Amino acid sequence: MGSRSHTDGAWSERPVQTRSERYASANVGDFDEPTGREVDWKLTPIKLVRDLINGELDGSPLESQVAVAQPVDGFSLAWIDRTDERIGSAGLPEDRASANAWSHFDQALAIDITGEEPTGEFIVSRSGLGTVARAAHTVITAAPNSRGILVLENSGDARIAENVEIVVGEGAHVTVVTIQEWNDSAAHLASHFAQVGRDATLRHIVVSLGGGVVRVNPSIHLSSPGSNTEAYGLYFADAGQHLEQQVYIDHEAENSRSRVKYKGALQGEGAHSVWIGDVLIRQSADGTDSYEENRNLVLSEGTRADSIPNLEIETGNILGAGHASSTGRFDDEQLFYLQSRGISEEEARRLVVRGFLAEIIQQIGAPAVEERLTGAVEAELTVTV
Amino acid sequence: MSVLEIRDLHVSVDTEQGAKQILRGVNLTIKQGETHAIMGPNGSGKSTLAYAIAGHPKYHVTSGSIVLDGEDLTAATVDARARAGVFLAMQYPVEIPGVTVTNFLRTAKTAIDGSAPPIRTWVKDVRTSMENLRMDKAFAERNVNEGFSGGEKKRNEILQLELLKPKFAVLDETDSGLDVDALKIVSEGVNRAKENTDLGVLLITHYNRILRYITPDFVHVFVAGQVVESGGPELAVQLENEGYDTYVAASAAAAEAIASAEAADAAAGVVASPAVNA
Repeated sequence: MGSRSHTDGAWSERPVQTRSERYASANVGDFDEPTGREVDWKLTPIKLVRDLINGELDGSPLESQVAVAQPVDGFSLAWIDRTDERIGSAGLPEDRASANAWSHFDQALAIDITGEEPTGEFIVSRSGLGTVARAAHTVITAAPNSRGILVLENSGDARIAENVEIVVGEGAHVTVVTIQEWNDSAAHLASHFAQVGRDATLRHIVVSLGGGVVRVNPSIHLSSPGSNTEAYGLYFADAGQHLEQQVYIDHEAENSRSRVKYKGALQGEGAHSVWIGDVLIRQSADGTDSYEENRNLVLSEGTRADSIPNLEIETGNILGAGHASSTGRFDDEQLFYLQSRGISEEEARRLVVRGFLAEIIQQIGAPAVEERLTGAVEAELTVTV
Repeated sequence: MSVLEIRDLHVSVDTEQGAKQILRGVNLTIKQGETHAIMGPNGSGKSTLAYAIAGHPKYHVTSGSIVLDGEDLTAATVDARARAGVFLAMQYPVEIPGVTVTNFLRTAKTAIDGSAPPIRTWVKDVRTSMENLRMDKAFAERNVNEGFSGGEKKRNEILQLELLKPKFAVLDETDSGLDVDALKIVSEGVNRAKENTDLGVLLITHYNRILRYITPDFVHVFVAGQVVESGGPELAVQLENEGYDTYVAASAAAAEAIASAEAADAAAGVVASPAVNA
């Protein structure tokens, strides 16, 4: 037992390969069933999610399970057919779970962001998905020069594989937040594909607090000049929870900029987090400015945090590229120090964890959501303390 | 007037070889406003005394007691001791990632006082104390001790001492690693606290350098987990000139005498006295 952390540049783990050559297809039959040794599956407990990777999925639209908190000007939502031209505009599956979801969904949820004036956040909630293995597809389209904050909330039971496409039009500036607060038995394998347009900004935020196996893998393609992304993540893995994120930033166009920052806390026997950060700076991406980092805070024994940054640079003409990764313990000496100043043990833990994760929560930009998540993080702390 | 009493304190620490006895019957009485210097060679147990008073979980009190104004703190939690008025300025303060100095100070002050400090005067107090300790304003927004130099960490300890206003402060080798300018600044901070709040000080040090700036009322020589001699400030001067050798040799001779007496007792079939620590 004990807490293990693992960080490496991955080069020692597998042969040098370029992320850009990874196979992509919307057809599940084009992928072999994963064995668990593949680079993108080796840290996932695949025996717990084989049904989502290999099995038949219920692809019926989740019309009664999806709810909008309240209408907001500049946002609209509709169910669209598989044949709609928006489908497939942001990317294609790179793993079998993603392709399985793609092969099985009947209708996709389309969310359009059209408003040019900043408004309140648009909150779309999903719950009551039950325990049947499902497929889902969402397409988020931000019109040129649009502004907005979209929050996708998930709670309750679920076994779901899904794809989320995000197309950010020229000059748009949007924030897409996904929040996973599933029940402990839930399994959720999500792939996000984003295309960011000329001089546009996508702020992409993944918050995973609950679920048995939660894997959210965003691939963000900076495919137009001056495109920009800020990809943030926050996770809090409790006993027995596996929370994973494989982030891929693809600098295709010149003068593109990316910032990736994921922070996680782990507490309880068997809590496991995985962060893999692939950044590719293509030959065409002169003037790229890129930085990615992952920070983990270990709160108890028996946890494991995997943190693997990979940086591929194909052009020398860049502004900057860097990465950082750390996994640290909340140790007894810190506790002693805070307590020696009169602060109770419970408060001391709260102080440290809240401080650590607040940096990500504050990126959302929607005070009500931030406040709720701060409360949710504090509730997590009391689960096993 | 407040009184901190250390009565016949025996403390052991867990090591890989099992529990190791470090303190062997320490007696000290410190009244508010008094400054007691504890001086001793490396390994004599000075820092153990500091940690034991603060309640560090690694140190186990096997007998004796720590009493503040008649209240027995021997079994109290670390935070309860702090709220009762005991402060430890640490030799090696740890980093607290993600918690700014501002947030930390306010949280600690609220915990100690039982209610949040009035915002206007508090902000002013923090600013004044930081200026007095020549700490840059930017410190307030940095994470506690993160990336601080050795001197900055010590100043941050004294900043807390000034703001939290304890009854008694244990300074654990606060002077170690400080250049003379930093030593003066830190000493001034301690003297201000003594003046303003009638602080009682237990100053643990190896050298008498800091005693040029913080005048002790009493000096105690600490060897092999015990106070072996007590006196006034002149004792520090004597130690400066003569070192600890005489005390260490005397202590070793005493330990040997006890051991040989036990051996003789054992040879004579007498059950060894349980008071071997005496």
